[in-house]
Parts: sequence; C-alpha cells; structure tokens
Amino acid sequence: MTHRERPLSPHLQVYRWQITMTMSILHRASGMVLVVGAFALAWWLLAVAAGGDAYATAAHCVASPLGKFVLFGFSLALVYHLLNGIRHLLWDMGWGFDIPEVYRSGYAVAVLSVLFTALIWFFALRGGA
Amino acid sequence: MSEKTPQAKPDYRTPISRARGLGSGKSGTGHFWWQRVTAIVLALLVPWLVGTLVSFVGADHASVVATIAKPFNAILLSVFALALFWHAKLGVQVVIEDYIHARALEITLQLLLMFACILGALASIYAIARIALLA
Repeated sequence: MTHRERPLSPHLQVYRWQITMTMSILHRASGMVLVVGAFALAWWLLAVAAGGDAYATAAHCVASPLGKFVLFGFSLALVYHLLNGIRHLLWDMGWGFDIPEVYRSGYAVAVLSVLFTALIWFFALRGGA
Repeated sequence: MSEKTPQAKPDYRTPISRARGLGSGKSGTGHFWWQRVTAIVLALLVPWLVGTLVSFVGADHASVVATIAKPFNAILLSVFALALFWHAKLGVQVVIEDYIHARALEITLQLLLMFACILGALASIYAIARIALLA
C-alpha cells in the first residue's frame, strides 16, 4: 500500500486573532495553573493539620507579597476556568452554539472573570467577608 | 527465493477492515463524562470554598481549625478535594496526550500524573480528617 501524505491541520499562526481561540487557550492554561493550585491547597491543609511551626511557615508564605501574587493568579485562573467551564457545559447541552452567541458569551466570561476576581480581592483585602 | 519476515508481508486490507472488530477506542465516553461530572461538583462547591478561604484572612490557627472541623465543612472540603484531583487528572491527561509524542515519556508522565493526583487527594483527605477528628 502506498503511503500518502495526509493533510495536516493548519498551524495556529495562519488564523487571524479571534476571541474564541483565546478563550480556548486560556481555558487550558488556567487549568494547568489550577493543578498547581490544587497541590498548594493540599500543602496548606497539611500545614493546618500539623499546626505549630508548619502552619506558621505556611501562613507566612501565603501572607508574603509573592504569596499574595500567586494567590491572585490562582483566584483569577479559578474564576476564569469556572465561568468558561460553565460556558462549555452549556455548549454540551446544545445552548449558545451560534457564532454571535459564542462571541458574546466569550466576552461576557472575560468581563465577569475580572469583575468576580476584583470582588474576591475586595473582600479579602478588607480582612475577611 | 529470499526469506520474508512476517512484518514484510503486504497487507491488502483497507484501513477500516483492519480497525473493525477491535472494540471501542479504549474507554469510550468515560473520560468526557467524568470530566463533566467532576466539573459540575466543582462548579457548585467553588463559591463556598472561595467564601470560606476569604473568611480565613486575618484568622488565627485555632479558628481556621475550628471552621474546617465543622462536619459540613469537613465533608464538603473532602468532596471538593476528591473532585478537584480527579478533574485535574483528567485535564492534564489530555494535555500530555496532545503534546508529548514520545511514547515512553508519555506513559511515564501519565503514570506520574496519576500517582501525584492520588497522592494529592489522599493527602488532602488525611489532613481534613486529622483537623476534624483532633480539633
């Protein structure tokens, strides 16, 4: 049997920018960030369970400028992945599949992500809800 | 006449006839389904988790322990940890499948991913149990 060169899918750089591709890439990227967040949560829970010096170290890390920056990253990734994940679940149910709707929901997720993340940090920096 | 190895025999079958009868593509819709099930669980629990974590700002160790130790929180946090690491495993699995094309490395990473996620889930549940039972 002769081996034919099969067509490859076009590479990313041939496309003009679209909101949909950005949302898709960010969904995967935020997911990977949140995997790190999951292990950070496990580490923090172990520190709470151990108490004493272990908890003091963890609390110090979380409260440090770098810790806050990383937590901010986790919170933004979490809100984004959650909202865009709901967008995916709605698609799975067959809702919002028209191109204008896909674009609209994409922009809505982007705006709401920033809004909800700001809201979380408003309450966090105010010293607890 | 030259000897031929079995691999060198020409295969006149069409690709579809070679694929027929070999069963489903591994696990069928299992991955898709459990990714959605865990997503729904996580989507329901994230607002509660974020609210609880934000309430810990400025709290001392004793009050953090007391909050996590409440049965409602301890149970939901355990469910969250299970769904979280399960969902993480399913997601990273696809990323590895997509980007790692060396078979040996791919299998190694898939195994490491599975071990790490099981470890993460068990460590979280161990920590929650220790907090809840010793508080």
